[in-house]
Amino acid sequence: MSSLLVAMWAVLVTMGMALLRAARGPSAWDRILSVNSFGTATVLFIAVLGYVNDRPDFLDLALLYALLNFIGTIAILKFFKVGNLAAGED
Amino acid sequence: MEVLREALSGLLLVSGAAFCLIGGLGLIRLPEFYARMHGAGILDTLGAALVLVGLMLQPAEWTVVVKLMVILFFLQITSPTAAHALIHAAYTAGHEPQLADDVHTSDGEGSDDR
Repeated sequence: MSSLLVAMWAVLVTMGMALLRAARGPSAWDRILSVNSFGTATVLFIAVLGYVNDRPDFLDLALLYALLNFIGTIAILKFFKVGNLAAGED
Repeated sequence: MEVLREALSGLLLVSGAAFCLIGGLGLIRLPEFYARMHGAGILDTLGAALVLVGLMLQPAEWTVVVKLMVILFFLQITSPTAAHALIHAAYTAGHEPQLADDVHTSDGEGSDDR
């Protein structure tokens, strides 16, 4: 079993573990944390999958999702704090 | 030389996979939110860095290696920022840490249940 397949399966299991915490986590903060980790694991999974399938274009998807994941986490934190995504600081 | 590069890449990928699993296990098993940040932090920094550097050593064109470097750089900048933002938001919103019975936070508050 090549190391690429080992990495792929390990990251897939990690994504499952993050989803378990997202489903179970008693507070909303646990859920935000686990969705953020799920996004990071998705980036790794797409990158490794690109190598497994011999398609280097998947790295563009991985970079794009890394950006989206960060912006999404910050947006939901601002929404929790202010209640309105369009509001400025006050 | 090729054997060395392939062996190093395999070693980095497998250890990155191991740290990803350790981080995920920390997410599931640790008792409260502030402790689970440790698991997520391991996953975001060591897991991601080892897997991406291991992928860089795989045989590919130089454009692919540059893209991997950009992904790694971006993850290294944004993961600690998001972690700090999340913990700060949770603390200022009043989510209290679960402390031992004789320990209190500087505000004089602390959670009494374990």
